[in-house]
Amino acid sequence: MQQSGKNMSHDEFDRRTMDWYVDKLMQSLVFIGGISAIIFIIGIFVFITMEGLDFVISRLDPVEFFTSEYWFPSDEDDPEYGILALIAGTASVTGLAMLVAIPFALGAAIYVGEFATGKTREYLKVLVELLAAIPSVVWGFIGLSIMNPLIIDVFDVPVGLNILNAGIILGLMAAPIMASIAEDALKAVPDGYREAAEAMGATRWQVIFKVVLPAAKNGLLGAVLLGVGRGFGETMAVLMATGHSVNMPTSIFDSVRALTATIAAELGETAVGSDHYGVLFTIGIFLFLITFLINLTADLIVRGVRKG
Amino acid sequence: MFEISELNKRNQKTQKLFQVLFLMMTLMLIMPVLIILGTLIYKGGSIISVDFLFTFPTDGMTAGGIFPALFGTVWLVAVALLVSVPVGVAAAIYLSEYAPDNWLTRIINLAIINLAGVPSIVHALFGVGAFVIFFKFGTSILAASLTLAIMTLPVVIVASRESLQAVPKAFREACWNMGATRWQTIRRVVLPNAVSGILTGVILEVSRTTGETAPIMFTGAAFFLPYLPQGVFDQTMALSLHLFVVSTQVPGIPEELPYGVALVLIGMVLLMNSVSIAFRMYLRGKKKW
Repeated sequence: MQQSGKNMSHDEFDRRTMDWYVDKLMQSLVFIGGISAIIFIIGIFVFITMEGLDFVISRLDPVEFFTSEYWFPSDEDDPEYGILALIAGTASVTGLAMLVAIPFALGAAIYVGEFATGKTREYLKVLVELLAAIPSVVWGFIGLSIMNPLIIDVFDVPVGLNILNAGIILGLMAAPIMASIAEDALKAVPDGYREAAEAMGATRWQVIFKVVLPAAKNGLLGAVLLGVGRGFGETMAVLMATGHSVNMPTSIFDSVRALTATIAAELGETAVGSDHYGVLFTIGIFLFLITFLINLTADLIVRGVRKG
Repeated sequence: MFEISELNKRNQKTQKLFQVLFLMMTLMLIMPVLIILGTLIYKGGSIISVDFLFTFPTDGMTAGGIFPALFGTVWLVAVALLVSVPVGVAAAIYLSEYAPDNWLTRIINLAIINLAGVPSIVHALFGVGAFVIFFKFGTSILAASLTLAIMTLPVVIVASRESLQAVPKAFREACWNMGATRWQTIRRVVLPNAVSGILTGVILEVSRTTGETAPIMFTGAAFFLPYLPQGVFDQTMALSLHLFVVSTQVPGIPEELPYGVALVLIGMVLLMNSVSIAFRMYLRGKKKW
Protein backbone atom coordinates (compact mmCIF):
# COMPACT_ATOMS: atom_id res chain seq x y z
CA MET A 1 0.00 0.00 0.00
CA GLN A 2 2.65 2.38 1.06
CA GLN A 3 4.62 1.49 -2.00
CA SER A 4 1.81 2.48 -4.37
CA GLY A 5 1.10 5.67 -2.42
CA LYS A 6 4.69 6.69 -2.89
CA ASN A 7 4.35 6.03 -6.58
CA MET A 8 1.26 8.18 -6.81
CA SER A 9 2.88 11.15 -5.19
CA HIS A 10 5.90 10.58 -7.38
CA ASP A 11 3.67 10.67 -10.45
CA GLU A 12 1.96 13.84 -9.32
CA PHE A 13 5.19 15.74 -8.92
CA ASP A 14 6.91 14.23 -11.88
CA ARG A 15 7.85 17.11 -14.20
CA ARG A 16 8.76 14.71 -16.98
CA THR A 17 5.82 15.54 -19.23
CA MET A 18 5.91 15.37 -23.01
CA ASP A 19 7.34 18.90 -23.05
CA TRP A 20 10.16 17.83 -20.77
CA TYR A 21 11.14 14.99 -23.11
CA VAL A 22 10.92 17.26 -26.16
CA ASP A 23 13.11 19.75 -24.36
CA LYS A 24 15.75 17.13 -23.54
CA LEU A 25 15.59 15.69 -27.05
CA MET A 26 16.07 19.09 -28.68
CA GLN A 27 18.88 19.90 -26.29
CA SER A 28 20.76 16.80 -27.40
CA LEU A 29 20.00 17.51 -31.06
CA VAL A 30 21.37 21.06 -30.99
CA PHE A 31 24.33 19.78 -28.98
CA ILE A 32 25.13 17.40 -31.83
CA GLY A 33 24.83 20.36 -34.21
CA GLY A 34 27.10 22.32 -31.92
CA ILE A 35 29.89 19.79 -31.93
CA SER A 36 29.44 19.04 -35.66
CA ALA A 37 32.12 21.61 -36.52
CA ILE A 38 34.61 19.67 -34.36
CA ILE A 39 33.52 16.39 -35.91
CA PHE A 40 33.96 17.79 -39.43
CA ILE A 41 37.38 19.32 -38.81
CA ILE A 42 38.60 16.03 -37.31
CA GLY A 43 36.88 14.18 -40.15
CA ILE A 44 38.73 16.25 -42.73
CA PHE A 45 42.06 15.45 -41.11
CA VAL A 46 41.26 11.74 -40.70
CA PHE A 47 40.04 11.21 -44.26
CA ILE A 48 42.85 13.06 -46.04
CA THR A 49 45.35 11.25 -43.79
CA MET A 50 43.71 7.91 -44.58
CA GLU A 51 44.20 8.47 -48.31
CA GLY A 52 47.72 9.87 -47.92
CA LEU A 53 49.00 7.53 -45.21
CA ASP A 54 50.10 4.70 -47.52
CA PHE A 55 52.32 7.08 -49.40
CA VAL A 56 53.68 8.75 -46.27
CA ILE A 57 54.69 5.39 -44.76
CA SER A 58 55.97 3.48 -47.75
CA ARG A 59 57.29 6.05 -50.15
CA LEU A 60 57.79 9.47 -48.55
CA ASP A 61 61.31 10.77 -48.08
CA PRO A 62 60.76 13.93 -46.02
CA VAL A 63 64.14 15.40 -46.99
CA GLU A 64 63.51 14.94 -50.69
CA PHE A 65 59.88 16.06 -50.30
CA PHE A 66 60.73 19.43 -48.78
CA THR A 67 64.11 20.20 -50.36
CA SER A 68 63.95 18.87 -53.90
CA GLU A 69 62.72 21.21 -56.61
CA TYR A 70 61.97 18.34 -58.98
CA TRP A 71 58.30 17.53 -59.32
CA PHE A 72 57.84 14.68 -61.80
CA PRO A 73 55.16 12.58 -60.12
CA SER A 74 53.94 10.90 -63.28
CA ASP A 75 57.34 9.73 -64.56
CA GLU A 76 56.96 5.95 -64.84
CA ASP A 77 60.56 4.91 -64.27
CA ASP A 78 61.80 7.45 -61.78
CA PRO A 79 59.09 9.70 -60.36
CA GLU A 80 60.31 12.62 -58.25
CA TYR A 81 58.25 14.13 -55.48
CA GLY A 82 59.92 17.40 -54.48
CA ILE A 83 57.61 20.22 -53.53
CA LEU A 84 60.20 22.95 -52.91
CA ALA A 85 59.37 24.69 -56.20
CA LEU A 86 55.66 24.47 -55.38
CA ILE A 87 56.24 25.96 -51.94
CA ALA A 88 58.33 28.69 -53.57
CA GLY A 89 55.48 29.32 -56.02
CA THR A 90 52.86 29.58 -53.28
CA ALA A 91 55.12 31.71 -51.08
CA SER A 92 56.14 34.14 -53.83
CA VAL A 93 52.55 34.70 -54.97
CA THR A 94 51.28 35.07 -51.40
CA GLY A 95 54.17 37.40 -50.54
CA LEU A 96 53.49 39.70 -53.47
CA ALA A 97 49.77 39.56 -52.73
CA MET A 98 50.43 40.77 -49.19
CA LEU A 99 52.62 43.62 -50.51
CA VAL A 100 49.67 44.67 -52.66
CA ALA A 101 46.93 44.03 -50.11
CA ILE A 102 48.37 45.29 -46.79
CA PRO A 103 48.69 49.01 -47.67
CA PHE A 104 45.31 49.15 -49.39
CA ALA A 105 43.50 47.11 -46.77
CA LEU A 106 45.01 49.17 -43.97
CA GLY A 107 44.37 52.46 -45.79
CA ALA A 108 40.78 51.48 -46.50
CA ALA A 109 40.26 50.31 -42.91
CA ILE A 110 41.60 53.60 -41.53
CA TYR A 111 39.51 55.67 -43.94
CA VAL A 112 36.29 53.73 -43.33
CA GLY A 113 36.87 53.40 -39.59
CA GLU A 114 38.33 56.78 -38.67
CA PHE A 115 37.48 59.36 -41.34
CA ALA A 116 34.32 58.36 -43.20
CA THR A 117 31.00 59.13 -41.54
CA GLY A 118 27.31 58.38 -42.00
CA LYS A 119 26.19 57.29 -45.45
CA THR A 120 29.66 57.32 -47.04
CA ARG A 121 30.88 54.90 -44.42
CA GLU A 122 27.86 52.65 -44.90
CA TYR A 123 28.28 52.58 -48.71
CA LEU A 124 32.01 51.91 -48.53
CA LYS A 125 31.45 49.03 -46.12
CA VAL A 126 28.84 47.50 -48.42
CA LEU A 127 31.18 47.85 -51.42
CA VAL A 128 34.02 46.18 -49.53
CA GLU A 129 31.67 43.36 -48.52
CA LEU A 130 30.59 42.87 -52.14
CA LEU A 131 34.22 42.77 -53.28
CA ALA A 132 34.89 39.95 -50.84
CA ALA A 133 32.05 37.96 -52.39
CA ILE A 134 33.47 37.63 -55.91
CA PRO A 135 34.16 33.90 -56.51
CA SER A 136 37.77 32.82 -56.96
CA VAL A 137 37.11 31.24 -60.36
CA VAL A 138 35.96 34.65 -61.61
CA TRP A 139 39.19 36.20 -60.30
CA GLY A 140 41.12 33.48 -62.09
CA PHE A 141 39.26 34.28 -65.29
CA ILE A 142 40.10 37.98 -64.85
CA GLY A 143 43.79 37.07 -64.43
CA LEU A 144 43.63 34.93 -67.54
CA SER A 145 41.74 37.19 -69.89
CA ILE A 146 42.22 40.79 -68.66
CA MET A 147 45.49 40.90 -66.67
CA ASN A 148 47.41 38.56 -68.98
CA PRO A 149 47.33 40.75 -72.13
CA LEU A 150 47.71 43.86 -69.96
CA ILE A 151 50.96 42.60 -68.40
CA ILE A 152 52.31 41.50 -71.79
CA ASP A 153 51.61 45.00 -73.16
CA VAL A 154 52.80 47.09 -70.25
CA PHE A 155 55.98 45.20 -69.33
CA ASP A 156 56.81 43.83 -72.76
CA VAL A 157 57.23 40.24 -71.52
CA PRO A 158 56.35 37.10 -73.52
CA VAL A 159 53.99 35.57 -70.93
CA GLY A 160 51.57 37.46 -68.73
CA LEU A 161 50.61 34.52 -66.53
CA ASN A 162 53.17 34.85 -63.75
CA ILE A 163 53.84 35.81 -60.14
CA LEU A 164 52.94 39.45 -60.84
CA ASN A 165 49.55 38.53 -62.31
CA ALA A 166 48.59 36.05 -59.58
CA GLY A 167 50.01 38.30 -56.86
CA ILE A 168 47.87 41.27 -57.91
CA ILE A 169 44.77 39.09 -58.32
CA LEU A 170 45.29 37.43 -54.94
CA GLY A 171 46.03 40.82 -53.36
CA LEU A 172 42.74 42.21 -54.67
CA MET A 173 40.95 39.12 -53.37
CA ALA A 174 42.48 39.24 -49.91
CA ALA A 175 42.32 43.02 -49.38
CA PRO A 176 38.54 43.34 -48.72
CA ILE A 177 38.58 40.60 -46.08
CA MET A 178 41.69 42.03 -44.45
CA ALA A 179 40.17 45.52 -44.57
CA SER A 180 37.03 44.47 -42.74
CA ILE A 181 38.94 42.54 -40.05
CA ALA A 182 41.36 45.47 -39.67
CA GLU A 183 38.42 47.84 -39.35
CA ASP A 184 37.00 45.66 -36.56
CA ALA A 185 40.38 45.89 -34.83
CA LEU A 186 40.35 49.70 -35.09
CA LYS A 187 36.77 49.79 -33.81
CA ALA A 188 37.81 47.72 -30.78
CA VAL A 189 40.08 50.56 -29.60
CA PRO A 190 38.05 52.38 -26.91
CA ASP A 191 36.88 55.89 -27.83
CA GLY A 192 38.32 57.12 -24.53
CA TYR A 193 41.82 56.69 -26.01
CA ARG A 194 40.96 58.94 -28.93
CA GLU A 195 39.23 61.52 -26.77
CA ALA A 196 42.14 61.65 -24.32
CA ALA A 197 44.60 62.25 -27.16
CA GLU A 198 42.39 64.86 -28.80
CA ALA A 199 41.99 66.65 -25.47
CA MET A 200 45.76 66.92 -25.35
CA GLY A 201 45.61 68.80 -28.66
CA ALA A 202 46.51 65.96 -31.04
CA THR A 203 45.19 66.18 -34.58
CA ARG A 204 43.20 63.38 -36.18
CA TRP A 205 46.14 61.78 -37.94
CA GLN A 206 48.30 62.09 -34.83
CA VAL A 207 45.58 60.27 -32.90
CA ILE A 208 45.51 57.56 -35.55
CA PHE A 209 49.26 57.08 -35.83
CA LYS A 210 50.30 57.55 -32.24
CA VAL A 211 47.31 56.10 -30.40
CA VAL A 212 44.87 54.02 -32.46
CA LEU A 213 47.30 52.05 -34.63
CA PRO A 214 49.60 51.04 -31.75
CA ALA A 215 46.57 50.05 -29.67
CA ALA A 216 45.11 47.98 -32.53
CA LYS A 217 48.47 46.42 -33.41
CA ASN A 218 47.51 42.83 -32.55
CA GLY A 219 44.19 42.91 -34.36
CA LEU A 220 45.89 44.28 -37.46
CA LEU A 221 48.50 41.52 -37.27
CA GLY A 222 45.65 39.01 -37.03
CA ALA A 223 44.11 40.52 -40.17
CA VAL A 224 47.40 40.14 -42.05
CA LEU A 225 47.78 36.53 -40.90
CA LEU A 226 44.28 35.66 -42.08
CA GLY A 227 45.19 37.23 -45.43
CA VAL A 228 48.28 35.02 -45.59
CA GLY A 229 46.14 31.99 -44.78
CA ARG A 230 43.77 32.92 -47.56
CA GLY A 231 46.69 33.29 -49.96
CA PHE A 232 48.11 29.88 -49.09
CA GLY A 233 44.78 28.18 -49.55
CA GLU A 234 43.50 29.94 -52.65
CA THR A 235 43.11 27.46 -55.46
CA MET A 236 41.25 28.41 -58.63
CA ALA A 237 42.66 31.93 -59.02
CA VAL A 238 46.28 30.83 -58.67
CA LEU A 239 45.66 27.80 -60.88
CA MET A 240 44.51 30.07 -63.70
CA ALA A 241 46.77 33.11 -63.22
CA THR A 242 50.24 31.76 -62.29
CA GLY A 243 51.01 30.07 -65.60
CA HIS A 244 51.18 26.74 -63.77
CA SER A 245 54.75 25.71 -64.60
CA VAL A 246 57.03 24.15 -61.99
CA ASN A 247 59.75 26.70 -61.54
CA MET A 248 62.04 28.17 -58.89
CA PRO A 249 61.14 31.83 -59.42
CA THR A 250 63.91 34.39 -59.98
CA SER A 251 61.76 37.38 -60.96
CA ILE A 252 58.13 38.39 -60.68
CA PHE A 253 57.72 37.73 -64.41
CA ASP A 254 58.39 34.01 -63.94
CA SER A 255 55.55 31.53 -64.18
CA VAL A 256 55.21 29.39 -61.09
CA ARG A 257 52.98 26.67 -59.74
CA ALA A 258 51.26 26.67 -56.36
CA LEU A 259 50.69 23.75 -53.96
CA THR A 260 46.91 24.05 -54.15
CA ALA A 261 46.86 24.39 -57.92
CA THR A 262 48.97 21.22 -58.29
CA ILE A 263 46.33 19.18 -56.47
CA ALA A 264 43.53 20.76 -58.49
CA ALA A 265 45.27 20.12 -61.80
CA GLU A 266 46.57 16.60 -61.20
CA LEU A 267 44.09 14.78 -58.96
CA GLY A 268 41.78 14.10 -61.90
CA GLU A 269 44.41 12.18 -63.85
CA THR A 270 45.69 9.90 -61.07
CA ALA A 271 44.52 6.39 -60.23
CA VAL A 272 43.06 6.00 -56.73
CA GLY A 273 45.74 4.47 -54.47
CA SER A 274 48.70 5.19 -56.73
CA ASP A 275 51.82 6.98 -55.45
CA HIS A 276 50.91 10.10 -57.39
CA TYR A 277 47.45 10.08 -55.77
CA GLY A 278 49.06 9.58 -52.36
CA VAL A 279 51.52 12.42 -52.76
CA LEU A 280 48.72 14.84 -53.68
CA PHE A 281 46.92 13.92 -50.45
CA THR A 282 50.23 14.35 -48.60
CA ILE A 283 50.40 17.91 -49.96
CA GLY A 284 46.81 18.26 -48.74
CA ILE A 285 47.85 17.21 -45.22
CA PHE A 286 50.72 19.72 -45.36
CA LEU A 287 48.33 22.51 -46.48
CA PHE A 288 45.81 21.57 -43.79
CA LEU A 289 48.45 21.73 -41.06
CA ILE A 290 49.94 25.04 -42.29
CA THR A 291 46.57 26.81 -42.59
CA PHE A 292 45.46 25.31 -39.25
CA LEU A 293 48.54 26.81 -37.64
CA ILE A 294 48.05 30.20 -39.30
CA ASN A 295 44.38 30.39 -38.32
CA LEU A 296 45.11 29.27 -34.79
CA THR A 297 47.81 31.94 -34.37
CA ALA A 298 45.61 34.63 -35.89
CA ASP A 299 42.75 33.66 -33.59
CA LEU A 300 44.96 33.69 -30.50
CA ILE A 301 46.35 37.11 -31.40
CA VAL A 302 42.93 38.63 -32.13
CA ARG A 303 41.42 37.07 -28.99
CA GLY A 304 44.28 38.50 -26.98
CA VAL A 305 43.18 41.96 -28.11
CA ARG A 306 39.57 41.45 -27.12
CA LYS A 307 40.53 40.35 -23.62
CA GLY A 308 43.02 43.16 -23.08
CA MET B 1 45.42 85.24 -28.84
CA PHE B 2 43.31 82.78 -30.75
CA GLU B 3 45.34 83.11 -33.90
CA ILE B 4 46.11 79.78 -35.50
CA SER B 5 49.74 79.02 -34.89
CA GLU B 6 52.16 77.92 -37.58
CA LEU B 7 52.29 74.47 -35.99
CA ASN B 8 48.52 74.18 -36.04
CA LYS B 9 48.38 75.12 -39.69
CA ARG B 10 51.01 72.56 -40.53
CA ASN B 11 49.19 69.89 -38.55
CA GLN B 12 45.94 70.66 -40.29
CA LYS B 13 47.61 70.42 -43.66
CA THR B 14 49.10 67.03 -42.75
CA GLN B 15 45.70 65.87 -41.60
CA LYS B 16 44.06 66.86 -44.91
CA LEU B 17 46.90 65.17 -46.76
CA PHE B 18 46.43 61.90 -44.88
CA GLN B 19 42.68 61.97 -45.23
CA VAL B 20 43.00 62.33 -49.00
CA LEU B 21 45.68 59.63 -49.09
CA PHE B 22 43.50 57.13 -47.27
CA LEU B 23 40.49 58.00 -49.40
CA MET B 24 42.64 57.36 -52.49
CA MET B 25 43.67 53.97 -51.10
CA THR B 26 40.07 53.02 -50.45
CA LEU B 27 39.08 54.07 -53.95
CA MET B 28 42.03 52.21 -55.46
CA LEU B 29 40.78 49.08 -53.75
CA ILE B 30 37.36 49.51 -55.31
CA MET B 31 38.29 50.96 -58.70
CA PRO B 32 39.91 47.88 -60.28
CA VAL B 33 36.84 45.85 -59.48
CA LEU B 34 34.53 48.40 -61.08
CA ILE B 35 36.78 48.42 -64.15
CA ILE B 36 36.69 44.62 -64.22
CA LEU B 37 32.90 44.56 -63.90
CA GLY B 38 32.68 47.11 -66.69
CA THR B 39 34.92 44.97 -68.91
CA LEU B 40 32.87 41.85 -68.19
CA ILE B 41 29.65 43.66 -69.10
CA TYR B 42 31.23 45.27 -72.18
CA LYS B 43 32.65 42.02 -73.56
CA GLY B 44 30.11 39.49 -72.32
CA GLY B 45 26.90 41.46 -72.21
CA SER B 46 26.14 40.95 -75.90
CA ILE B 47 25.95 37.16 -75.64
CA ILE B 48 23.51 37.03 -72.76
CA SER B 49 19.99 36.24 -73.83
CA VAL B 50 17.16 33.94 -72.85
CA ASP B 51 18.55 31.42 -75.35
CA PHE B 52 21.99 31.57 -73.75
CA LEU B 53 20.53 30.80 -70.35
CA PHE B 54 18.18 28.04 -71.47
CA THR B 55 19.93 25.99 -74.16
CA PHE B 56 22.60 23.31 -74.09
CA PRO B 57 26.17 24.01 -75.21
CA THR B 58 26.76 22.92 -78.80
CA ASP B 59 29.72 22.34 -81.15
CA GLY B 60 32.08 21.06 -78.43
CA MET B 61 31.03 23.87 -76.07
CA THR B 62 32.13 26.60 -78.51
CA ALA B 63 28.52 27.71 -79.06
CA GLY B 64 25.11 27.44 -77.49
CA GLY B 65 24.04 28.14 -73.95
CA ILE B 66 24.75 27.25 -70.36
CA PHE B 67 21.50 25.64 -69.26
CA PRO B 68 22.88 22.36 -67.86
CA ALA B 69 25.49 24.29 -65.85
CA LEU B 70 22.86 26.61 -64.37
CA PHE B 71 20.54 23.68 -63.68
CA GLY B 72 23.38 21.71 -62.03
CA THR B 73 24.35 24.64 -59.82
CA VAL B 74 20.76 24.88 -58.59
CA TRP B 75 20.85 21.14 -57.75
CA LEU B 76 24.18 21.39 -55.93
CA VAL B 77 23.14 24.45 -53.93
CA ALA B 78 19.73 22.99 -53.01
CA VAL B 79 21.13 19.69 -51.72
CA ALA B 80 23.94 21.49 -49.87
CA LEU B 81 21.40 23.75 -48.16
CA LEU B 82 19.29 20.77 -47.05
CA VAL B 83 22.28 19.63 -45.02
CA SER B 84 24.02 22.81 -43.92
CA VAL B 85 21.00 24.89 -42.86
CA PRO B 86 19.63 22.44 -40.23
CA VAL B 87 23.10 21.57 -38.93
CA GLY B 88 24.27 25.18 -38.98
CA VAL B 89 21.16 26.55 -37.27
CA ALA B 90 21.34 23.78 -34.64
CA ALA B 91 24.97 24.67 -34.00
CA ALA B 92 24.07 28.35 -33.72
CA ILE B 93 21.23 27.56 -31.29
CA TYR B 94 23.58 25.49 -29.17
CA LEU B 95 26.26 28.20 -29.13
CA SER B 96 23.84 31.03 -28.46
CA GLU B 97 21.33 29.38 -26.07
CA TYR B 98 23.01 26.46 -24.32
CA ALA B 99 26.80 26.62 -24.53
CA PRO B 100 28.48 27.43 -21.23
CA ASP B 101 31.73 29.38 -21.33
CA ASN B 102 34.04 26.39 -21.13
CA TRP B 103 36.79 24.62 -23.03
CA LEU B 104 34.35 22.72 -25.26
CA THR B 105 32.77 25.95 -26.49
CA ARG B 106 36.20 27.40 -27.15
CA ILE B 107 37.15 24.32 -29.18
CA ILE B 108 33.88 24.53 -31.13
CA ASN B 109 34.60 28.17 -31.99
CA LEU B 110 38.12 27.28 -33.02
CA ALA B 111 36.80 24.44 -35.20
CA ILE B 112 34.38 26.84 -36.91
CA ILE B 113 37.19 29.30 -37.66
CA ASN B 114 39.35 26.51 -39.03
CA LEU B 115 36.53 25.03 -41.08
CA ALA B 116 36.31 28.41 -42.79
CA GLY B 117 40.08 28.63 -43.14
CA VAL B 118 40.89 25.20 -44.57
CA PRO B 119 41.80 25.62 -48.27
CA SER B 120 38.97 24.77 -50.65
CA ILE B 121 41.12 22.16 -52.39
CA VAL B 122 41.66 20.37 -49.06
CA HIS B 123 37.87 20.27 -48.67
CA ALA B 124 37.86 18.69 -52.13
CA LEU B 125 40.36 16.03 -51.02
CA PHE B 126 38.18 15.36 -47.99
CA GLY B 127 35.13 15.04 -50.22
CA VAL B 128 36.95 12.51 -52.41
CA GLY B 129 38.28 10.50 -49.46
CA ALA B 130 35.09 10.55 -47.41
CA PHE B 131 32.05 10.78 -49.69
CA VAL B 132 33.25 9.51 -53.07
CA ILE B 133 35.39 6.60 -51.81
CA PHE B 134 34.58 5.75 -48.18
CA PHE B 135 30.80 6.21 -48.24
CA LYS B 136 30.74 5.00 -51.86
CA PHE B 137 28.57 7.83 -53.19
CA GLY B 138 30.82 7.99 -56.26
CA THR B 139 31.30 11.28 -58.08
CA SER B 140 27.77 12.53 -57.65
CA ILE B 141 25.68 15.55 -56.73
CA LEU B 142 25.35 14.06 -53.24
CA ALA B 143 29.13 13.88 -52.68
CA ALA B 144 29.72 17.35 -54.13
CA SER B 145 26.88 18.94 -52.18
CA LEU B 146 27.97 17.39 -48.88
CA THR B 147 31.48 18.73 -49.47
CA LEU B 148 30.06 22.19 -50.22
CA ALA B 149 27.74 21.99 -47.20
CA ILE B 150 30.60 21.31 -44.79
CA MET B 151 32.76 23.98 -46.37
CA THR B 152 30.10 26.72 -46.12
CA LEU B 153 28.76 25.63 -42.72
CA PRO B 154 30.63 28.45 -40.89
CA VAL B 155 28.72 31.07 -42.94
CA VAL B 156 25.35 29.81 -41.63
CA ILE B 157 26.59 29.26 -38.09
CA VAL B 158 28.14 32.72 -37.71
CA ALA B 159 25.18 34.60 -39.22
CA SER B 160 22.57 32.60 -37.28
CA ARG B 161 24.43 32.87 -34.00
CA GLU B 162 24.67 36.63 -34.42
CA SER B 163 20.97 37.06 -35.03
CA LEU B 164 20.04 34.70 -32.15
CA GLN B 165 22.27 36.62 -29.78
CA ALA B 166 20.66 39.89 -30.89
CA VAL B 167 17.36 38.75 -29.31
CA PRO B 168 17.28 40.46 -25.88
CA LYS B 169 17.80 38.27 -22.83
CA ALA B 170 14.66 39.69 -21.22
CA PHE B 171 12.50 38.00 -23.90
CA ARG B 172 13.80 34.61 -22.77
CA GLU B 173 13.52 35.39 -19.07
CA ALA B 174 9.91 36.51 -19.45
CA CYS B 175 9.13 33.24 -21.18
CA TRP B 176 10.94 31.06 -18.61
CA ASN B 177 9.03 32.81 -15.82
CA MET B 178 5.79 31.68 -17.44
CA GLY B 179 6.96 28.09 -16.95
CA ALA B 180 8.06 27.39 -20.51
CA THR B 181 10.86 24.91 -21.11
CA ARG B 182 14.08 26.02 -22.74
CA TRP B 183 13.07 24.55 -26.08
CA GLN B 184 9.57 26.09 -25.96
CA THR B 185 11.24 29.45 -25.35
CA ILE B 186 13.60 28.97 -28.28
CA ARG B 187 10.86 27.79 -30.64
CA ARG B 188 8.14 30.29 -29.71
CA VAL B 189 10.15 33.39 -28.79
CA VAL B 190 13.80 33.33 -29.83
CA LEU B 191 13.58 31.75 -33.31
CA PRO B 192 10.65 33.87 -34.58
CA ASN B 193 12.60 36.98 -33.61
CA ALA B 194 15.80 35.75 -35.25
CA VAL B 195 14.48 34.00 -38.35
CA SER B 196 14.96 36.91 -40.75
CA GLY B 197 18.56 37.34 -39.62
CA ILE B 198 19.14 33.64 -40.19
CA LEU B 199 17.65 34.04 -43.65
CA THR B 200 20.22 36.70 -44.61
CA GLY B 201 22.91 34.22 -43.57
CA VAL B 202 21.34 31.52 -45.73
CA ILE B 203 21.28 33.84 -48.75
CA LEU B 204 24.98 34.56 -48.18
CA GLU B 205 25.62 30.84 -48.06
CA VAL B 206 23.76 30.27 -51.33
CA SER B 207 26.01 32.88 -52.90
CA ARG B 208 29.19 31.28 -51.51
CA THR B 209 28.09 27.81 -52.61
CA THR B 210 27.28 29.05 -56.12
CA GLY B 211 30.79 30.41 -56.64
CA GLU B 212 32.86 27.55 -55.22
CA THR B 213 34.73 25.54 -57.82
CA ALA B 214 37.59 23.53 -56.35
CA PRO B 215 35.48 21.44 -53.91
CA ILE B 216 33.21 20.13 -56.67
CA MET B 217 35.86 19.43 -59.32
CA PHE B 218 36.52 15.86 -58.22
CA THR B 219 33.44 15.10 -56.17
CA GLY B 220 30.57 15.46 -58.60
CA ALA B 221 30.89 18.18 -61.21
CA ALA B 222 31.71 17.16 -64.78
CA PHE B 223 33.29 19.20 -67.59
CA PHE B 224 30.52 18.35 -70.01
CA LEU B 225 27.42 16.19 -69.92
CA PRO B 226 24.91 15.92 -72.77
CA TYR B 227 22.02 15.34 -70.36
CA LEU B 228 20.59 16.80 -67.17
CA PRO B 229 21.07 15.04 -63.81
CA GLN B 230 18.08 12.91 -62.78
CA GLY B 231 18.88 12.45 -59.11
CA VAL B 232 21.46 12.98 -56.38
CA PHE B 233 23.61 10.07 -57.53
CA ASP B 234 24.19 11.56 -60.98
CA GLN B 235 27.07 13.80 -61.94
CA THR B 236 26.25 17.27 -63.10
CA MET B 237 27.70 20.33 -64.77
CA ALA B 238 28.07 23.47 -62.66
CA LEU B 239 28.32 27.12 -63.58
CA SER B 240 31.54 27.83 -61.67
CA LEU B 241 33.36 24.82 -63.12
CA HIS B 242 31.90 25.67 -66.54
CA LEU B 243 33.67 29.05 -66.40
CA PHE B 244 36.96 27.27 -65.64
CA VAL B 245 36.38 24.81 -68.48
CA VAL B 246 35.39 27.30 -71.18
CA SER B 247 38.22 29.68 -70.27
CA THR B 248 41.04 27.12 -70.07
CA GLN B 249 40.11 23.79 -71.62
CA VAL B 250 38.27 24.56 -74.84
CA PRO B 251 40.40 25.73 -77.76
CA GLY B 252 38.92 27.98 -80.43
CA ILE B 253 36.12 29.32 -78.31
CA PRO B 254 34.63 32.70 -79.29
CA GLU B 255 35.89 35.37 -76.90
CA GLU B 256 32.51 36.57 -75.65
CA LEU B 257 31.39 33.12 -74.44
CA PRO B 258 33.60 32.84 -71.33
CA TYR B 259 32.95 36.52 -70.61
CA GLY B 260 29.23 35.79 -70.75
CA VAL B 261 29.56 32.84 -68.36
CA ALA B 262 31.67 34.97 -65.96
CA LEU B 263 29.09 37.73 -66.14
CA VAL B 264 26.21 35.39 -65.30
CA LEU B 265 28.15 33.87 -62.38
CA ILE B 266 29.30 37.18 -60.89
CA GLY B 267 25.86 38.67 -61.50
CA MET B 268 24.17 35.88 -59.54
CA VAL B 269 26.64 36.12 -56.67
CA LEU B 270 26.55 39.92 -56.39
CA LEU B 271 22.75 39.96 -56.70
CA MET B 272 22.35 37.48 -53.83
CA ASN B 273 24.83 39.37 -51.66
CA SER B 274 23.09 42.66 -52.38
CA VAL B 275 19.71 41.17 -51.48
CA SER B 276 21.19 39.85 -48.24
CA ILE B 277 22.76 43.22 -47.37
CA ALA B 278 19.61 45.18 -48.25
CA PHE B 279 17.50 42.78 -46.20
CA ARG B 280 19.86 43.17 -43.26
CA MET B 281 19.68 46.97 -43.42
CA TYR B 282 15.89 46.87 -43.68
CA LEU B 283 15.73 44.66 -40.58
CA ARG B 284 18.09 46.91 -38.68
CA GLY B 285 15.84 49.88 -39.45
CA LYS B 286 12.74 47.99 -38.38
CA LYS B 287 14.08 46.68 -35.09
CA LYS B 288 12.05 47.86 -32.11
CA TRP B 289 14.44 47.02 -29.29
